[in-house]
Amino acid sequence: MAIWQGKRSLEVLTLTLQGEKFALEASRVQEILDLVNVTEVPGGPAFLNGLVNVRGKVVPLADLRLKFEMAPTPPTIDTRIVVINVLLEGEMTTVGLLADKVHEVTEMPAEVLEDTPKIGMRWRPEFIRCIGKHSGDFIAVLDIDRIFDEGDRGAVAGQTNVPAQDAA
Amino acid sequence: MSGGDPTDTFRQEAQELLEQLEQILLDLARTPDNPELVDSTFRALHTIKGSGSMFGFEEVAGFTHHVESAFDLVRKGKVAMTAALADIALAGKDHIRNLIERPESADAAAGQAILARLEATVGGHGAATETKATEIPAAAAPEAAKAHWHVHFRLPEHALATGTNPLLLIDELRSLGTATVTPLLDKVPPLEALVATECTIGWDIELQTEKPKSAIEDVFLFVMDEMDLRIEEIAAPKPAAAPAPAPVVAAPPKPAAKPAKTAAEVLKSGSSIRVPAERLDNLMDRVGELVIAQSRLKQIAAASQDGEFKSISEEIERLALELRDTTMGVRMVPIAQLFGRFRRLVHDLAVELGKEISLTTSGEETELDKTVIERLNDPLVHLIRNSIDHGLESPEQRQATGKSAQGHIHLSARHTGDKVLISISDDGKGLDRARIRARAEENGLVAPGAQMSDSELFQVIFQPGFSTAQAVTNLSGRGVGMDVVKRTLDALRGSIDIASTPGTGTEITLRLPLTLAIIDGLLVRVGQGRYVIPLSAVEECVELPHEEEGRASGRNFLNIRGDLVPFLRLREMFNATTPPDKYQKVVVVSANDMRVGLVVDQVIGDHQTVIKSLSKLHKGVGTFSGATILGDGTVALILEITHLVARGQRERTMKLAS
Repeated sequence: MAIWQGKRSLEVLTLTLQGEKFALEASRVQEILDLVNVTEVPGGPAFLNGLVNVRGKVVPLADLRLKFEMAPTPPTIDTRIVVINVLLEGEMTTVGLLADKVHEVTEMPAEVLEDTPKIGMRWRPEFIRCIGKHSGDFIAVLDIDRIFDEGDRGAVAGQTNVPAQDAA
Repeated sequence: MSGGDPTDTFRQEAQELLEQLEQILLDLARTPDNPELVDSTFRALHTIKGSGSMFGFEEVAGFTHHVESAFDLVRKGKVAMTAALADIALAGKDHIRNLIERPESADAAAGQAILARLEATVGGHGAATETKATEIPAAAAPEAAKAHWHVHFRLPEHALATGTNPLLLIDELRSLGTATVTPLLDKVPPLEALVATECTIGWDIELQTEKPKSAIEDVFLFVMDEMDLRIEEIAAPKPAAAPAPAPVVAAPPKPAAKPAKTAAEVLKSGSSIRVPAERLDNLMDRVGELVIAQSRLKQIAAASQDGEFKSISEEIERLALELRDTTMGVRMVPIAQLFGRFRRLVHDLAVELGKEISLTTSGEETELDKTVIERLNDPLVHLIRNSIDHGLESPEQRQATGKSAQGHIHLSARHTGDKVLISISDDGKGLDRARIRARAEENGLVAPGAQMSDSELFQVIFQPGFSTAQAVTNLSGRGVGMDVVKRTLDALRGSIDIASTPGTGTEITLRLPLTLAIIDGLLVRVGQGRYVIPLSAVEECVELPHEEEGRASGRNFLNIRGDLVPFLRLREMFNATTPPDKYQKVVVVSANDMRVGLVVDQVIGDHQTVIKSLSKLHKGVGTFSGATILGDGTVALILEITHLVARGQRERTMKLAS
């Protein structure tokens, strides 16, 4: 369980997913792009069901709303792709995150950061690094490395006769 | 990556030298009486010793010195070259490599043991091994009268840069006897044109010595290849009056000899440069992106009415494709590099297993992408071990079945189309079908009584956990490995075929694409998504017959010229939601001599594809081998044909069984 113990300020990027505000460590953010053509990966994990072209690189696109069991909505004019670097099996991997809206990069001083409460949240506490207070709101700072961790990738898109698993 | 650390350069060079040395020693083990090989061994050892001590690898230099001394004795004919000595030298070579690569873990005792063996083999000259190479002739040469020699030498201009010191050469000559040295300044340019780092001086030396001519030649042993050297015996002893006319005498033959040499040198130095593989990878990436950008341009040009624009687009297309081919050519290396390593493997295994094995190779000049070659090493090692351990019988068994005691392994490589075939064949006992079958049924890999062709049955060997070896040896039989071979080959978009005749041997053939970076693909549309099928796998495109279209899945077979070909509806596999096109097409693809049809909505056309691998997040998706970026910037997935064919064939097997 990720517990926030680092008593120092954090620079974060804030964004909205399904009306809920979240924050990401700004140092992990590579760039923010307008929504481009997304290629679906049949048989891929549900929340990682797309691929996008980021400057000539093929980058997986994650929809965290599915990971957090939120109902996905069609993209709007505010929809953005946040390109981040995730530590995956010891290697930095570039991943795109779908965000309903991206707000700002802001500094969260150490005193407004609190450990993640174990109960009372709609999403799984291990995905949240800490809770920060910003302009009167509580904002969950995401633990992106945990979110993309191998163990949680099993769930395949809710489709039938998908060939992904019978490779052997 | 490559910082300015000079020891890295040494390591790299030493690695190459050691590889060369290994090849030479292996040759030497077979033909011990080849003096050229002995000389090459000596030279390689000497260079390792010299640059080792220059870069502070004292232990390397110290150890190498002993081995070098032993070979010096061989070179001088004092000790006979034997296969046993070559073996010890091979062990020595391994120790040197350890000393260089893992100095902290290198075992000093092991080094001592090798030296002791060396001492024992070199025998009575044990003491002499400790003496410096150049001193040996002094002690041993039974020369009587002093002879007079005229030595004329001129070093290549870049000699100083490569570490040759002419003064040391002259000193060494002086140590042989009485020498009168005259510098030849005729080639020295005027002061303003003088380059201080170039050696433009030549030397004439009158030498009185009792040593033989070979002793003089030895002085120049390490520079002889590139320099201008003449050693002549002068009949009458002449006083030191000669110096003045000497330059005049020496001058005429030079201009004739020199230009030819420099031309050769230029060619030699221009023939290859060392480039970090990383830079080549970057270059390949850029070229890949250029090809993508170019195909976008081509699309726009095709829609344009502007003739000039079109012709420029065509020009760029031609250039981009040429550039791509050239760049790919740069990454190609001959497979000889890889085959060379296996000689040692076979040699060691033969000793270890007490089998007599000869290894022959063909097609070493066949070129393959560097990455492919590197990744092929482990699978090939495994296959060769298998052939030697399981395939080849012991000498007694072989003789009992009327074969020669010596087993034979043949490695070959050749091109066919855009593939490279690498085969490993042995003349051993062949695969035991009954045992493979029994084992496969035991492990539940094959349904009892199922009909299978030989090639289908042999594919079972590549299943994880499969092994028929009765005894687990150090080498094989633990049931790991063959599946790893298969997986590596799959990752390289290659395939494996096995052909085996009981009693006469087995041949394993690997089929590999020439390059990993770019493929020709067939672009198709399924629903709204576009996918790339590797063109090399495509056999033909046909229209899906109307009567098939309406049928429910479960009876998905086409009759193509009398052959039953299963097909997969990609729309179903990829959950296409849009209404299907009226005329569905079937792209027939093949892999491992099996065919399967892929039903798509539309065949768009051929497409140059730069392969981008999928991230780790999608590694569980077996249907796709990678992705590519289309002309409009959209990502398209590349279909993994082996996977799809296997899927189709399973349905076929199920149908035949029912």
